[in-house]
Amino acid sequence: MTRPYLSIEQLTQRFPDGQGGEMTVFEDASFGIEKGEFVCILGHSGCGKSTIMNILAGLAEPTSGVVKMDGFEVSGPSLDRGVVFQNYSLLPWLSTLKNVTFGVKARYPSWSRAKVEEHARAYLAKVGLEGDVVHRKPSQLSGGMRQRVSIARAFANQPKLLLLDEPFGALDALTRGTIQDELIKVWGDTEQTVFMITHDIDEAILLADRILLMTNGPFARVAESVEITIPRPRNRTQIVEHPNYYAIRNHLVQFLGHRSKELAGQQSGGAAQSPEPVRIDKTKPDADPEPEGARLRAVNE
Amino acid sequence: MLGTLSVNQRAAILSVVMLVVGLLIWEAAIPAQKAAEELTEYERLTGGGAPKAGVPPPSQVIAKAWEQLSNPFYDAGPNDKGIGIQIGYSIYRVLTGYFLAALVAIPLGFLIGMSQVAYKAFNPFIQVLRPISPLAWMPLALFIIQDSEASAIFVIFICSIWPMLINTAFGVSGVRKDWVNVARTHELGSLRTAFTVILPAAAPTIITGMRISIGIAWLVIVAAEMLVGGTGIGYYVWNEWNNLDLTSVIFSILMIGVVGMLLDSAFGYLQRSVAYVE
Repeated sequence: MTRPYLSIEQLTQRFPDGQGGEMTVFEDASFGIEKGEFVCILGHSGCGKSTIMNILAGLAEPTSGVVKMDGFEVSGPSLDRGVVFQNYSLLPWLSTLKNVTFGVKARYPSWSRAKVEEHARAYLAKVGLEGDVVHRKPSQLSGGMRQRVSIARAFANQPKLLLLDEPFGALDALTRGTIQDELIKVWGDTEQTVFMITHDIDEAILLADRILLMTNGPFARVAESVEITIPRPRNRTQIVEHPNYYAIRNHLVQFLGHRSKELAGQQSGGAAQSPEPVRIDKTKPDADPEPEGARLRAVNE
Repeated sequence: MLGTLSVNQRAAILSVVMLVVGLLIWEAAIPAQKAAEELTEYERLTGGGAPKAGVPPPSQVIAKAWEQLSNPFYDAGPNDKGIGIQIGYSIYRVLTGYFLAALVAIPLGFLIGMSQVAYKAFNPFIQVLRPISPLAWMPLALFIIQDSEASAIFVIFICSIWPMLINTAFGVSGVRKDWVNVARTHELGSLRTAFTVILPAAAPTIITGMRISIGIAWLVIVAAEMLVGGTGIGYYVWNEWNNLDLTSVIFSILMIGVVGMLLDSAFGYLQRSVAYVE
């Protein structure tokens, strides 16, 4: 078996529980992400999704276990792993454009000022921010626009791995839809590997190639890896009519509703806890499962 | 008619009215000097004809101000210098002591704000030294430095250091973790993080501290100069008191207020220029 592009190996996180003991958030979590893949992780609050995200970003240290990207162990934050934070984390004293050039300058220190600005403007344009709006401060932008800037900043750095921590959590449903479309568009143009936390099942189905399902904590684990067998390009109004849509959706709802609790609290006993692959495809009920690695992938042009 | 004016205009009219009424009451409250020919023989013999020392009316203060401000930089010996020169000396001392304090307080505040250990280690010293009246340092400063000019600057230094130090430490320690994480995920070194993220994020708090400091420094310089003498607006006030020239005393009190206001508004401007909305 070939090693995936990003491989999480036996990751364990324990925190002191405040009474002298230890609380294990997750134990020996192991999974992989292929290059160019869009993976969403779903799970209830407190199962350690954000902790996994922070470890991947290098902002937190796991108790044990390693994360390997492209064959190398990662430690500490890096420009190779871009992060879009839930609360946007724009620097409020900089204009929209400067917030993006801030990242581009750090990524490409040798570039001229003009090249940096041109690159930043190009990525802002991809998320629909053009013209005078780029000179506004974040406080003068709506929540949706701020998150667009944050996405542009992350994509403009062309990281090897993009981490999205509930990027649409604070947005209203309509804005969320628009930005999801923009996210798919930018992702399609850039072939970026994306790992995203979300609470929204429909969002995960729309965006992801694969959804990782986490059981409840403590001793949470990534229990299943559900392949989204809906061809791209996907459109929110059309995917709901695809025969696989509700089958997958029901599977996810059932997992989050029942099995996330039933499977919770199982200790690993030191063995690697890999998710069980799940493939639901109603379009060809008696066909052989597709060979591993062959994923459905189409790009919006 | 008043209803059509803006709030600012109405406030300005009210200010002018208060000023005029105040000046009129002041003018009216000063008893008039009796003319020499109205005095009785006895009064003349007991020196009643000599001008009586009293609080001068505003008209005299205004005349004095006009006289002084029309030639602020004359220098007729150690005891007779123009108001401009005296204020210049005071501002020079304040700014020297103040910027020396900023050079120490801001980097040290950064250190204290970024490191828990440094904060806890420095805190007891700060808490003990901070409430000391800056003038209490004066005898020690005079003895050690042996120079009145430098001692005055030292007193300004010691009084302006605390608000800047405490505000810088507070501002730096309060920088949002998210912004520091942005710097970390962009692989910025600690020096670049300090200058491109922490400094702008903490700037409004730091400038607030600097604004408080300049206000205190201007309060203290007057007292310090009364003690060390020689030059400066504080010395000028005390000297005119010794001359029993109350017109000059009142005029210089007003000048202290005006200069203090200008210093404060300069920092107010600076504060607005670094402010940001989250």
